[in-house]
Amino acid sequence: MDYEMMCGIEIHQQLDTKKLFCSCDTVLCDEGFGAHYRKLRPTTSEMGEIDRAALAQHERHMEFRYQCCHGCSCLVDLDEEPPHDVNKEAMDVSLVFASMLNADITDEIHFMRKIVVDGSNTSGFQRTALVSTGGEVEVNGRKISILSICLEEDAARKMETKGNEVTYRLDRLGFPLIEVATGPDMRTPEEVMEVAMRLGSLLRATKKVKRGIGTIREDLNISIPGGARIEIKGVQELKMLPDFVRNEVNRQKMLLEVKKILGKRGVKPIAAGIVDATDVFRECPSKIVTAAIKSKGAVLAVKLPGFAGVMNGENGRLRLGAEMAQRARTHGVKGIFHSDELPNYGIDMEYVDALKVYLGISSPEDAFVICAAPEATAREALVAAVDRANEALKGIPEETRDPLPDGTTKYSRPLPGAARMYPETDVPPTLITEEKAAEIRASIPEFPEQIEKRLVEQYGINAQQAHQMLRESNYELFERLAGAHRGLSSVVATTLTNTYSELEREGIAATEIPESAMIGTFDMLAHSKFAKEALPDILREVSKGTTPQAAVSKLGLEAVEEDEATRIVASIVREREDFVRSKGMEAIGPLMGPVMAALRGKIDGKAANDILAKEISKLIG
Amino acid sequence: MMPHHDFSSPDILVLKLKSGYNIGVRMYGDSEVRVTERPSDRKKDVPPREPKDGLKKLVLIGTGGTIASYVDYRTGAVQPALSTSELVNAVPELRGVANIEARVLFSIFSENMNVEHWQKLAEAVSEEINAGADGIIIPHGTDTMGYTAAALSFMLGEVPKPVVLVGAQRSSDRPSSDATGNLMASARFCVEGGRAGVFVVMHDTHGDDSFAVHLGTRVRKMHTSRRDAFRSINVPPVARMDAGGKIEFSGPGRAVSKGKSAVRTGMEKKCVLLQSYPGMDPDMFTDVLLASRGAVIAGSGLGHVNENMIPAIKKAVDSGTIVIITSQCLGGTTNLNVYNTGRDMLSAGAVPVGDMLPETAYVKLMWAIANSAGREEAVELMKAPLAGETGDRRVA
Repeated sequence: MDYEMMCGIEIHQQLDTKKLFCSCDTVLCDEGFGAHYRKLRPTTSEMGEIDRAALAQHERHMEFRYQCCHGCSCLVDLDEEPPHDVNKEAMDVSLVFASMLNADITDEIHFMRKIVVDGSNTSGFQRTALVSTGGEVEVNGRKISILSICLEEDAARKMETKGNEVTYRLDRLGFPLIEVATGPDMRTPEEVMEVAMRLGSLLRATKKVKRGIGTIREDLNISIPGGARIEIKGVQELKMLPDFVRNEVNRQKMLLEVKKILGKRGVKPIAAGIVDATDVFRECPSKIVTAAIKSKGAVLAVKLPGFAGVMNGENGRLRLGAEMAQRARTHGVKGIFHSDELPNYGIDMEYVDALKVYLGISSPEDAFVICAAPEATAREALVAAVDRANEALKGIPEETRDPLPDGTTKYSRPLPGAARMYPETDVPPTLITEEKAAEIRASIPEFPEQIEKRLVEQYGINAQQAHQMLRESNYELFERLAGAHRGLSSVVATTLTNTYSELEREGIAATEIPESAMIGTFDMLAHSKFAKEALPDILREVSKGTTPQAAVSKLGLEAVEEDEATRIVASIVREREDFVRSKGMEAIGPLMGPVMAALRGKIDGKAANDILAKEISKLIG
Repeated sequence: MMPHHDFSSPDILVLKLKSGYNIGVRMYGDSEVRVTERPSDRKKDVPPREPKDGLKKLVLIGTGGTIASYVDYRTGAVQPALSTSELVNAVPELRGVANIEARVLFSIFSENMNVEHWQKLAEAVSEEINAGADGIIIPHGTDTMGYTAAALSFMLGEVPKPVVLVGAQRSSDRPSSDATGNLMASARFCVEGGRAGVFVVMHDTHGDDSFAVHLGTRVRKMHTSRRDAFRSINVPPVARMDAGGKIEFSGPGRAVSKGKSAVRTGMEKKCVLLQSYPGMDPDMFTDVLLASRGAVIAGSGLGHVNENMIPAIKKAVDSGTIVIITSQCLGGTTNLNVYNTGRDMLSAGAVPVGDMLPETAYVKLMWAIANSAGREEAVELMKAPLAGETGDRRVA
């Protein structure tokens, strides 16, 4: 089959239970206390190897500080107490979810330690277990394969980075996560988003997952023909998934083009060593260069034969230079300069020319890269940049990339391999007996489409509303509100769909209105304490924390008795007596404006219309 | 295919997948397992290092424990499997501090340590010091490290060099292991501390940036799992150290010297350590006390036992058993003059030993009985501070 790209996704969904290996609550804290200092070092797996990703991380010489939190961190989180038995509820949710995707559940589930030495886990590893393999999810008639479902623990929250010291807060560490990975079956950026949405709605159907920003994160695995597997880790905005996919496909195509150009030129791997070019730049006014020289650093340079024009060429379309710079930055430098972007940044042509002479560059195809920093750091950074340039000759290097807010990505680290896994011996394996498997099968929840169908049948709302409530996962709230006030089903549905959207557009976080306030509001509506037209205004008020009762009286929306309404309408009609007499019953339309201005929210529109018609006909006889 | 895990169900085969995950697969009566390939042995040879001029010589004597542990794939639990030289190679920074020689004496968890292990260890330490070591580091399991430290303190007496026991609360196969920091602090203390004696070096807080040096007779494991489980009781730690190796002493001590090490390893094994508790039945313990040459009782409060026990103590003392009294409070000193029960215990012949830890008193009693001419002398030894194990002053 012909295709432009292959993409698989991994979804990480936080579960709404206690922590996976201790009894702490899964809540985030506004404040942390303490600053416990730790270091981590990569260790060998049980197979005797050190993982390349862990090694790359360790070479950054990071140090960590951990903040504790009241109520949601304990000695387990601080790696000061062995993990407790796996949280049973979280394990069950993962098993139920696996069953929903028709996956093969592992006979006996073993927790592993996945080495991660960036400090996000105090232990230096993430505990993770393969719950199932296989399964599938159908989206728009296409079957997308499921590779695996894992149950694992979330990482600590990064609060601050100062130099080589990172501060983490322990509140999020240990939240249970379901990780579901699809096969590389998606073929368009839009399909990636649709599959993610479908998996998200299946996860929510378990009713045991957390909601809101940061509770679900996507990793993308993208490759194009002739390319390599690239992992983009931790996208939080579902709507941005297609952008990340498109940009990554373009980046890979660009790199293949760079490879082609270099191949045509017959470029060989860079053999030249790093030379100290500080003397060339002694008088150079560039801020970075002067700062480096002043603090007894050096300006190091490397000749890159054949690389001119691919580091930044064709109006910025070819950008191997950016890739090299990202690699260099992971070694603690602010950046590098390469010949495609010079003269610039205070480095004038005379210095570029002087350096070319110094490096013996004569061919227009030859390029160079420089780095101004403390010598050892600059050297490490340039080695990394040159390695990256050499990789361009082979094509696209496999790597993990971090998402950026603009839909592009930056280099993070090499793809980790299997060497980072070894058994978590502190946690006994979980045997899935026949009885347990049967119990799980029996507790499969309603699927989203079944719920939609039921909502339409049971409450008489339209299918589009049901669909929207499922997507925004407020159907449970709907069922509780409409269940209490059967007659208001369609008002509740409209409120949770159209009114919520309207409020969100105004910047009001409607979904964060507490359920108790929604129940109070609809109780009052059911008792005709105000008219349904007033709902948007009341919810605007309630979203600020006002109680529904206070909101109604603050807005002067207490429903009026029919006598009072009749008196008001009659006076409006009398004030416009000439107009009414000339128009007859046709005056209803124009008069509804002033009538509603006086009565909005106090009685509903239909009742106002009836009273107005009665008063007009009374007047004209 | 991985070795079977002890906690794994008997019909389960554990497989490692390409992804690195292990899974358990159920085997049925007609299941067939065929091995198609075996992994190659990855054992690496590490070339021996040449000693560097100007660095002191430290000898690591391995005994096992968490600090030297790796995952055991038979039981799935950690097992002391790392050789001492592997441990040194895992912490290459050690070689910047001193010339390190390593030898493995045992490879056991400290709960399995016996008197014979203490004796062999003391002899090995003495031997290495007399062969020119400037300090000895003993990686040890933490459960009974306090007992071993006390035993070495008495056996080695006025040892002329630092002898440091060091452990880890997180095994060395973990990225977060405290072994690295503790080993580095131990080596730095041996090289730069200038103190002779038997010590325990471990974390002082949760963090990898503070370490405490405890006197071998005053230290106790006070937490099951924290890195800073070891605490000096009734005295401040001998010294505290920071991540950079800076040492701050809490008071004076014995300086290192050029002398030889003399070792007295005799131990009377017929000794018991008992804890007094409400409802303690003298019928169950009279025979135990009579069968022992020495007994340490960790009494309640100032050192009390239930008055029912006093006749049993008297009977034992009269038959020749030395009965030593410490306090299960750990903090503070015993005093049997304050209450009637205490005075009756004294009359029965019980010997209170001040603020000595019960475990230290037990180890010391074994040593004192074996290294004295008779009961009188042993009791005198018990009362006298020999290795800083007891003192007169406890400050607020």
